Amino acid sequence: MIRVLFFGRLRELLQCNELEFTPDSKVVSVRQIRSDLSQKGANWEEFLNTNHALVAVNQTMADDDVMVKSGDEVAFFPPVTGG
Amino acid sequence: MICVDEHCFDAGILTEELRSRDNACGALVSFIGSVRDINEGEDVVGLTLEHYPGMTEKVLETIVESAKQRFAVAHIYIYHRVGYLSLNEPIVFVGVTAQHRESAFMACEFVMDFLKNDAPFWKKEHRQSGEVWLEPAQKEQRTKLRWD
Repeated sequence: MIRVLFFGRLRELLQCNELEFTPDSKVVSVRQIRSDLSQKGANWEEFLNTNHALVAVNQTMADDDVMVKSGDEVAFFPPVTGG
Repeated sequence: MICVDEHCFDAGILTEELRSRDNACGALVSFIGSVRDINEGEDVVGLTLEHYPGMTEKVLETIVESAKQRFAVAHIYIYHRVGYLSLNEPIVFVGVTAQHRESAFMACEFVMDFLKNDAPFWKKEHRQSGEVWLEPAQKEQRTKLRWD
């Protein structure tokens, strides 16, 4: 099971702050997770399939080629605005 | 010291704590960012700051380590608030001590530039006209690049 988190405007838009993702294989790419989650509806597709959603894997910034396995934590979020 | 917390900070107390850590440091530079009353021409009532617990602290630690490796500084404090903040309330405190002011000034600016670009916080502005999630300012990417 992969823990998937959402933050900021993305969390509000998707009305979801966290979900559990069960991959079809032992390891899965971030790209695949994005693609699978996009199937959940229009808002999911719009946000996750564009540059609006940055990604971190195990709390480190990542890109779509990064491979994820069960027990990992993936977070999707908009560009940051702290400070 | 890294602190991400809902409670308001007292800049005077943080400054004194920082200063008293090392009497060899003659220079202390600090920055405080606060909630502005007008943003993009709109009246701001307050701000809600969200963050990614765990990753936020990690990123801030990394920024502090980078600054310490790059500049001759002794200690760096970052205190960043989260949760709901009212108008004019302080959001962030960055303090740096060094033997000499040049390093302290540069390190403080460096930390803020990287915090603005990399730290996982998100601001939702509460305006008279409604609520808006803020987008990063165009200038922020440029401010980070100048450190390359």
